[in-house]
Amino acid sequence: MTHAAAEHHTSMGVPSRKMAFWAFIGSECLLFGSLISTYLVYKGRSVVGPYPHEILNIPLTSFSTFDLLMSSLMMVLALAAVQRGDMKWGKIWLLSTALLGIVFLGMQTYEFTSFVREGLTLQTNLFGATFFVLTGTHGAHVTVGVIWLLTLFFRALQGKLGPEHALTVEISGLYWHFVDVVWIVIFTVVYLIQ
Amino acid sequence: MSAVHAPAAAAAPATGWKSWITTTDHKRIGMLYFFTAFGFFLIGGIEALMIRLQLAQPDGRLVSADTYNQLFTMHGTTMVFLALMPLSAAFFNYIIPLQIGARDVAFPRLNAFSYWVFLLGGLFINASWFAGPLFHAGHLNVAPNGGWFGYANLTERQYSPGPNIDFWLLGLQVLGIASLAAGFNFIVTILNMRAPGMRMMRLPVFSWMTLVTQFLVITAFPVITVALVLLMFDRFFGTHFYLPAAGGDPLLWQHLFWLFGHPEVYILILPAMGIISEVLPTFARKPLFGYTVVVYSGVLIGFMGWGVWSHHMFSVGLGPIADSVFSGTTMLIAVPTGVKIFNWIATLWGGQIRGTTALHFAVGFIAMFVIGGLSGVMHASPPADLQQTDTYFVVAHIHYVLFGGTILGLFAGTYYWWPKMTGRLLSETLGKWHFWLIIIGMNLAFFPMHFIGLLGMPRRIYTYSRDLGPGIATLNLVSTVGAFLIAVALLVFIWNLWRTRTHGQPAGDDPWGGATLEWTIPSPPPPYNFEFIPTVVSRLPRWSTTQMRAIPEGSPEESLPHVPSGSIWPLVTALGLPVLACAPLTHTLWLAFVGAGLLFFGIYRWAFEPFEV
Repeated sequence: MTHAAAEHHTSMGVPSRKMAFWAFIGSECLLFGSLISTYLVYKGRSVVGPYPHEILNIPLTSFSTFDLLMSSLMMVLALAAVQRGDMKWGKIWLLSTALLGIVFLGMQTYEFTSFVREGLTLQTNLFGATFFVLTGTHGAHVTVGVIWLLTLFFRALQGKLGPEHALTVEISGLYWHFVDVVWIVIFTVVYLIQ
Repeated sequence: MSAVHAPAAAAAPATGWKSWITTTDHKRIGMLYFFTAFGFFLIGGIEALMIRLQLAQPDGRLVSADTYNQLFTMHGTTMVFLALMPLSAAFFNYIIPLQIGARDVAFPRLNAFSYWVFLLGGLFINASWFAGPLFHAGHLNVAPNGGWFGYANLTERQYSPGPNIDFWLLGLQVLGIASLAAGFNFIVTILNMRAPGMRMMRLPVFSWMTLVTQFLVITAFPVITVALVLLMFDRFFGTHFYLPAAGGDPLLWQHLFWLFGHPEVYILILPAMGIISEVLPTFARKPLFGYTVVVYSGVLIGFMGWGVWSHHMFSVGLGPIADSVFSGTTMLIAVPTGVKIFNWIATLWGGQIRGTTALHFAVGFIAMFVIGGLSGVMHASPPADLQQTDTYFVVAHIHYVLFGGTILGLFAGTYYWWPKMTGRLLSETLGKWHFWLIIIGMNLAFFPMHFIGLLGMPRRIYTYSRDLGPGIATLNLVSTVGAFLIAVALLVFIWNLWRTRTHGQPAGDDPWGGATLEWTIPSPPPPYNFEFIPTVVSRLPRWSTTQMRAIPEGSPEESLPHVPSGSIWPLVTALGLPVLACAPLTHTLWLAFVGAGLLFFGIYRWAFEPFEV
């Protein structure tokens, strides 16, 4: 966040950090693409249960999807507040985004533990392996995002995050929205289209 | 440049080991990459020599079957990930900012991070040669032994119970992070740090090919990361991704691996193609023939490189449709490659050719790469491939493209840019010895492999019988002699590097009459590279008198170019990764916390450190 002060001359007119982050998101698409493909390739190939339709809790996951979507809205508001220099609301929205992220993680933890109780683990069958690795990787991304947002929030509390750091907040927002979009795909592919 | 401007105070080159471990200067990082990768290249070479000694005679018993498996696995892994890629990275680091008229890369600390992760990842994998006692293996070497392609389900715990494959899959994940970080960095550097007036179609071809390469890196490496993560879950957490008994499919590994693996081939060759596209015009004193076509061919190769992976899997039996499609795409990708070759030849045609060592290597590249390309098109045909697959014919092919192609290209780049990097010219006499020994050596070593393979000798088998076929023993002996000739050539090269430190002719700013921006500044360049950022109005700024405008008077700020101070945090952050990798390797949970802690601590100090680029 220290190099936000002066962005250098850029040939493409896009700040370098933002461009690098878009490249990173492109790369992440291939990462999640490979994991989702693996899930699809192995769909219906488990030799023992539990199978997806026996265990997936769509109402619960719909709620956590809604929660994550709302967190994206909070993120938009956070960035808008920081950009116009309104750090009071900037802090509020940053914290709300992070809290909604934590709620999502809490629900994922609940989901994972209840699956384990019902007999679905990594080792049980291909569904368990592909499901936990895919959604676990996504959950790890959400965790990184929450830590990032909380870091920004505490920097703001210390008065070290102001409108001059709007780009930093914007990039964390790019990350957060990307993680949200990935979840929409996972929710559709894993939960809705069984 | 006028003497009014005092040299920048911050520009005095720092010395001492501390300045090296904290450096963020792309030129120093480039040198670190060069020497580290060259060291790994020699280790991979020694592994190759041991393989060749074992095969020099039928029924060779120099090493055991298990050690032989480790040798060919580590030879391939080392050459691909620890030698060729980082040797290219040495030139990306050193040359790209100079070619595009920048003072450094876009993210200097990320660049240092890439280097340290590469170094530590390389040491991590190679530690397996001596780690046996740690795992009570009963012998010293527990190096990876599943081939550089690590086919499942041979790599599963039940078939490979030792730590060998663990070293491989954890080490490659660490190395992948280094490549990805460098990929983002160089994409942004090339797109965003160009000097005023350097439009994309004025970009030197080496910079263009680097850009394409980095796009391949950031898209291909996530795929192998997923393949390795799934294998890691199989080996450590009891999943069954690649185990058929539980419904898993070993073919998934092959698809994921080659989906990465074929773009990787272009990651290895495109930088070398870029290098010779710089060397040939300089020594023919002619602009590159068909610049636009060469650039677009490179971009096209980058795209098409994603559509050919299953030609590595013809023998799997994917069915006639898949085989036909991948056979077709594989033949098609030879077209843009062929276009480039004709452009290089046309560049030489009618030029004022100076037969420097760099040009020798560049022309050697064309000749050897054509041979490798032709055998490549031969196994684009599935019926022919079924005969050739898993034989020495394929070994011959990959060595003609990766040794005859990439290595010769990298040597062309070394002879071309070493004067820029050190201020001294490498000896041309020793260079010619180096070139002819390596050309004769590589053809003796690799050409007979075509016949050895067609006569039916399989690869990756630790020994062979005298009854295998007529002449196979003789051909193998010839190949071994060739391998040692390559070793002699490399000794000549090392002697040349060593001698040049003290006896090399001073290079001056531009020893070759090159056309691109790196030749406008002193050799070696000052820490800030360019006292004034030049304005570019031509594709070949040094060759057009009207187009290199007078150097503008700089603003006071520009007369004292800023050089970032170093940072230790990239190294600290990088240290976290091998520590983290040691946790599953040794089944020690607390190591995971130490590694994660280091990573966290490093990232936070990095993020909040005052650092002006």
